[in-house]
Amino acid sequence: MKKYAIAVLAILMVGSLLFAGGGAEKKDGPKEVVIGVFQPLTGENGGGGYQETLGIRYANKMYPTVVIGGETYNVRLVEADNKSDKTEAVTAAHSLISSGASVIIGSYGSGVSIAAGDIFQDNKVPAVGASCTNPQVTLGNDYYYRICFLDPFQGTVMANFAIQEGATKAAVITQLGDDYSSGLGNFFARAFRDLGGSVVSEQQFQTNATDFKSILTNIKAVNPDVIFAPSSIATAPLIIKQARELGITAKIMAGDTWENSSIIENAGVSAEGVVLSTFFDDADPATAEASKFIEGFRKYLVENKQDEIIPAVSALGYDAYLTALRGIELANSTKGPAIRDALALVDIEGVTGRIIFDENGDADKDMAFIKVVENGQFKFLKTVSVI
Amino acid sequence: MSMSTILQHCLTGISLGGAYALIAIGYTLVYGILRLINFAHGEIFMMAGYFMIFSLASFPWPIAIVITVVVTTLMGVIIERVAYKPLREAPRMSIMISAIGVSFLLQNLSTYLFTAIPRGYPEIPFLKRIFRVGDVSASFVTILTPVLTIVLVMVLMGLINRTKTGMAMRAVSKDFETAKLMGININRIISVTFAIGSFLAAVGSILYFTDRMSVTPFSGTLPGLKCFVAAVFGGIGNIPGAVVGGFFIGIVETLLVALGYSTFSDAFTFLLLIVMLLVRPTGLFGEKTVEKV
Repeated sequence: MKKYAIAVLAILMVGSLLFAGGGAEKKDGPKEVVIGVFQPLTGENGGGGYQETLGIRYANKMYPTVVIGGETYNVRLVEADNKSDKTEAVTAAHSLISSGASVIIGSYGSGVSIAAGDIFQDNKVPAVGASCTNPQVTLGNDYYYRICFLDPFQGTVMANFAIQEGATKAAVITQLGDDYSSGLGNFFARAFRDLGGSVVSEQQFQTNATDFKSILTNIKAVNPDVIFAPSSIATAPLIIKQARELGITAKIMAGDTWENSSIIENAGVSAEGVVLSTFFDDADPATAEASKFIEGFRKYLVENKQDEIIPAVSALGYDAYLTALRGIELANSTKGPAIRDALALVDIEGVTGRIIFDENGDADKDMAFIKVVENGQFKFLKTVSVI
Repeated sequence: MSMSTILQHCLTGISLGGAYALIAIGYTLVYGILRLINFAHGEIFMMAGYFMIFSLASFPWPIAIVITVVVTTLMGVIIERVAYKPLREAPRMSIMISAIGVSFLLQNLSTYLFTAIPRGYPEIPFLKRIFRVGDVSASFVTILTPVLTIVLVMVLMGLINRTKTGMAMRAVSKDFETAKLMGININRIISVTFAIGSFLAAVGSILYFTDRMSVTPFSGTLPGLKCFVAAVFGGIGNIPGAVVGGFFIGIVETLLVALGYSTFSDAFTFLLLIVMLLVRPTGLFGEKTVEKV
C-alpha cells in the first residue's frame, strides 16, 4: 500500500513540475494577453465581488484589445473565485498565475488581497487592486497597485463627518480577523479621538456571526451618538435591523462596502438614515469617461438583471481594468516586471477621477462621497476632501 | 452593567437557547432510538430556512409555515429511508459515515442550487413586532421562542410517556432486538422519530432565522455542532437533558459575548464537550450504561 502511495505522489509531483512551466504565451492562434480577475463570487463578500467583476467585464467589452509592439492582442479575462476566504485566496491566486495572467485585478475585500499579495510578488505578476482599502495591501509589496482611497483616509472622513453632525460619543463594531473591518474601525476610532470625541465602546464579532444582540445591548447601555460598523454586505442588514429592534436610535455609519442595494432590501425601513462613504457617485460624473461609462453601464446592468444603480465598486473595477490595460500598453510587453514598472507611470482619467500612483503604489485620491439612505435609496450628501 | 442591560442579555440568551434546545432534541431522539449521531441534522435545519424563503415568496405566512414544516419533516423521513435504512444491519460506523455524507451532500447541493451568497430571510410581521418595557426591548419572536420550546417539549414528553407510539419508542430505545421480537414495527417507529426530530428542527429554524434574517448553505453547520454538544452535555438520549443543554449553551454563549469575550464564545462550546466527555461521559442526566453480559 505504502509503496503505491509513494509512487502516486511521485507521479503527481513530476506532473506538477511539468505543468508549472506551461504558463507561457501560446505559440499559435491570434495573439492574446491574459488579465486575471481575482474576486470573491461566493462567500460573505460574494455580492460585492460580483459587482466589481461586472465592471471589469464591461470594461473588457468596451476595450477588448491592446497594442503591444505594433501588434494587436486580444485581452482575455480569466476569473478565479477567492470565495471571500484567505485560504481559498491563495489557491485562486495560484490558479490565475498558472493560467498565464500578465496582470491581475482585485480583489474586493482587503483580507484576501493581502493573503494573495505575496504570491503575486513572488511570481512577479503585478496586481491592481480596485476597492481593497486597507493600507497593508500595497505596503511593502512592489507588485501591488491600488486605484481607490485608503482606510486611514476613509476613517478620518467618517470621523470628521460624525463630529460635524454634533456627535461626541461613538461606538465601533468590527469583525474579528477581518483586515478591512478592524483596520477601518481603528482608523475611525483614532481620528474620532483626535478630533475631540470619545469612543465609548469597541465591540467585536466573529466571522459569519448572525446574532449581534449581545454586543448591541452593550452599546445601548453606553448610549453613543453614532455607531461605526464597517463590515460585509451580508452582516450589515443584520446589525442595522437588530440595533433598531433593540431600540437603539444612534446614527449608524460604515465604509464603502455598505453601498449595496441588497442592504436596503434586506434591512427595509431600518436602513433609513444609515450613512456611508464611497468612491463614486453616478449623479455627478467627474470626468468625460465617467459620463460615457454611466450611460453604457446602466444598460449593461439591466442586461445582467441587476438594479440600475451603479455600484461604486463596479466603477472601480472598470478603472482598474483601464489602468491595467494602460500599464500593458506602456510596458509594450506581456511580462510581469515590465508591466509593473510601467504601471508606476500610468496617468489616466478614469471614471472615479484621475489615477496616478505614489511610490507606494497607491492612487492619489483625496475625495470621498458621503451618502445617506433616504426613502430606500442611497442619496448623495456631500463630498469630503481631507489633506 | 445596569439592570436593564442584564435583563436584555438574559432575554437574548434564553431565546437563542430555546432554538438550540429544539435542534438538540432531534439529535437526542435519533441517538436514543438508533444509537446514531445524525450529522445531517444541522443541514435539515438549514434547508428548512431555504424552504421558508421560497414558500413565503409565493404564499401568505400561515400557509408558508405549514409548507415549510411539512416539507422539512418529509425530508427528514426520506433521508432516513434512503441513507440510513439500508445500513441498519451494517456496523454503526458505516451509518455514521453515511450521515456525514448526507450532511456534505445537502451543503453542496444547496450551494449549487441557491449559491453561497446569503439570502435574506423573509419577515413574518407578527413575529417581528417589537415590544418595549422600560429600556428592555425585544421582538415577539425572542419571547415566543423559549415559551414555544417549553410547550413543544411538554407535548413531546406526553407523547412519549402516554401514547402507544411513545411506548414503542421507549421500548425500541431500551432494546432494539427484543422490541422487534415483541412485534413492534421498527421501521415505522424510526420514521416517526425522524419526523419528530425534523419537525422540531423546522420550528427551530423558523424561530432562529426570523431573529437572524440570513441563510447560507453553511448556516446549519455551527448551530448543528453546538446543538450536538448540547445534547451530549445533557446526556445524549435524554430529552430534558437536551433542553437544559440547549438553554445552557445559548445563555453562556450570549453572556461571553456580552462580557467582551466574543473570541472565545465558540471555543467555549467545544471546550465544554471535551470536559464533559472526560469528566462525565454520560452527560448531566444520562442513563448509567450497564454492561450486559
